[in-house]
Amino acid sequence: MALLEIRNVTRRFDDFVAVDHVDFSVNAGEFFTLLGPSGCGKTTLLRMIAGFDQPDEGAIVLDGIDLKDTSPEKRPVHTVFQSYALFPHMTVEQNIAFPLKMAKQSEEEIRVKVKNALAQVALNDRATRYPHELSGGQRQRVALARGLINRPRLLLLDEPLGALDAKLREQMQIELIALQRDIGVTFIFVTHAQAEALALSHRIAVMNHGRIEQLDEPDKLYGAPKNRFVADFIGNVNMHEATVQSVSATLTLSLGKLGQIAAPMRAGVKVGDVGAFVIRPEQVSIRAASEASPDPNQFVGTVNDFLYIGDVTTYIVNLPDGERLEALLPNSAPGRAKFFELGDPVRVSWKAEAGAFLTA
Amino acid sequence: MSLTQATRVRGERLLKYIVSAPPFVFLLLFFLLPALIMVVASFRYPGEFGGLAPLFGDLPADEKGLTLENYKIFFSDFIYAQIFLKSIGVAALTTLICLVMAYPVALLIARSPKKSRDLMVLLCVLPFASNFLVRVYAWMIILGPFNLLFSRFAVIVGMVYVHLPFMILPLYTNLEKHDPTLLDAAQDLGANGWHRFWRVTFPMSLPGIFSGAVLVFIPVLGMFAIPEILGGKDDWLVGNMIKESFLGTRDWPFGSMLSMMLTIMVLIIAALSTAFAKRGMRRA
Ligand SMILES: Nc1ncnc2c1ncn2[C@@H]1O[C@H](COP(=O)(O)OP(=O)(O)OP(=O)(O)O)[C@@H](O)[C@H]1O
Ligand SMILES: [Mg+2]
Repeated sequence: MALLEIRNVTRRFDDFVAVDHVDFSVNAGEFFTLLGPSGCGKTTLLRMIAGFDQPDEGAIVLDGIDLKDTSPEKRPVHTVFQSYALFPHMTVEQNIAFPLKMAKQSEEEIRVKVKNALAQVALNDRATRYPHELSGGQRQRVALARGLINRPRLLLLDEPLGALDAKLREQMQIELIALQRDIGVTFIFVTHAQAEALALSHRIAVMNHGRIEQLDEPDKLYGAPKNRFVADFIGNVNMHEATVQSVSATLTLSLGKLGQIAAPMRAGVKVGDVGAFVIRPEQVSIRAASEASPDPNQFVGTVNDFLYIGDVTTYIVNLPDGERLEALLPNSAPGRAKFFELGDPVRVSWKAEAGAFLTA
Repeated sequence: MSLTQATRVRGERLLKYIVSAPPFVFLLLFFLLPALIMVVASFRYPGEFGGLAPLFGDLPADEKGLTLENYKIFFSDFIYAQIFLKSIGVAALTTLICLVMAYPVALLIARSPKKSRDLMVLLCVLPFASNFLVRVYAWMIILGPFNLLFSRFAVIVGMVYVHLPFMILPLYTNLEKHDPTLLDAAQDLGANGWHRFWRVTFPMSLPGIFSGAVLVFIPVLGMFAIPEILGGKDDWLVGNMIKESFLGTRDWPFGSMLSMMLTIMVLIIAALSTAFAKRGMRRA
């Protein structure tokens, strides 16, 4: 049985639908992520799970019990707030001990558990400090330790890494995965950073305008997005308007003035369907226009721009119909960061099984 | 350091002196100087019709120069210490009642929508728009019919009434700054309403309580009008003794001595409570 079931939950603020018939379940021990742009309803959904807000429709069920009449302090659900919400008048120790005190555990029990928790987040030497004496990363760890100390059934994390700089963020991501794996508490993690979601999660629900657009494992979301929103929101993608010309083992798509391409078959697609062909930049090969390519799909264009970001360079190629296509090339050959110059004629190509045709 | 930088720094320092000079001079003239005069006066003999006896001149030795006589009187009769203790008691009780009454009000204002807060604060200080004495006399009219006038009770009622806003305002200023997510966090971690108040809101409001207590306790300690109007003969406080020395018996040195004792007492209490509060506040 699933640990948490969100059953067709809707939440309205006046006329505005913040969460719109959301329905999913989370398994015990899972690292589950809600991913979506700002204002899509992630926090609203989280607040309903924590008990600070009630759904207008639907139910939230934990361990088979409807939480409707359970107040936040009685739910075995803890939250790590984006601002951490550490108690400023308590030391690190006292902050971490707070949930245990509320649960009326014995002093001795509390002492042992706090000591272990401090060790777990590497804060032994900061036990008697106050939150304002800590760095951002340390505060983050205190908030995590506090949220986990009495082993809730569910830990909700609302953009907990949002306030950290890139380097620290990456480090905390690694710590977060390790912590979740060691302790085994189920995480529901909220973020609008897709890379973070992909790196951390077992499963991701992509939200937009209060609805779930797709719920899948990271590689499926990235490799087989169900619609344009998901394709565009997760990673970089090239998108081109396309019409289905013929359906057989593969699809033949017309890309307007550009010509025809072969694309992977997709169930339910009929001749004449209009949609978008999407392909990731790393699936596009790029070479000098003079070189031949074995790929069935290929076009000649000119290099319009490139973005060198160290490990890879993204080339932005102008296609004959005026559209742009991004192609990615790893810079594995040392000292050679740039294979092409601006204005160089290049040949872009991809295999018939690369990319996808999306109607939604 | 370049020359222009040096000039600028010197200019800034000069500006600082110029800006801080007037208040400094003002305090020197109207606070420090009178305080020193009072210190000296407390060691002198009274003049014949009030004022002070001359320091030198054609007078018997026990009527001129400096003396410890005033302090001797204070320490020789327990009644003075008793009045001081009573005053501290009244001030402490007033402070406590103000705190208990002001806390819910301040909390209510701090948790109201932003728009209505200013109006509510205004309502709290509205009584200041009418004259202090008028407001105290008003209590005579209220308490008179119940036969409660001229009692310790009436004094406390008047004291609390007059000083309540001085407790509400600092408390509100403190409570308003509390981050509401802290209460959400506390509730989320299992704290019920009682624990949320006593473990989060209350300890975080200690600095506000401290400011409010100072603003109530010290003025009450020196207050003479309220005991005089609402209290009986038994309710005389330090303030009444001081006032009586200057305006009644016209013994200025004795009044100065009492003022000195009051000042010393306030300083001792302030030092003790600051040391005490520092421990609590370092965390907040
Ligand atoms: N109490 C409320 N009253 C009215 N509207 C609200 C309320 N809470 C949230 N909303 C609206 O609901 C929508 C979703 O808000 P929510 O905070 O859930 O977004 P989010 O996905 O968490 O965004 P972000 O990534 O910016 O935190 C927003 O448009 C917001 O304005
Ligand atoms: Mg949010």
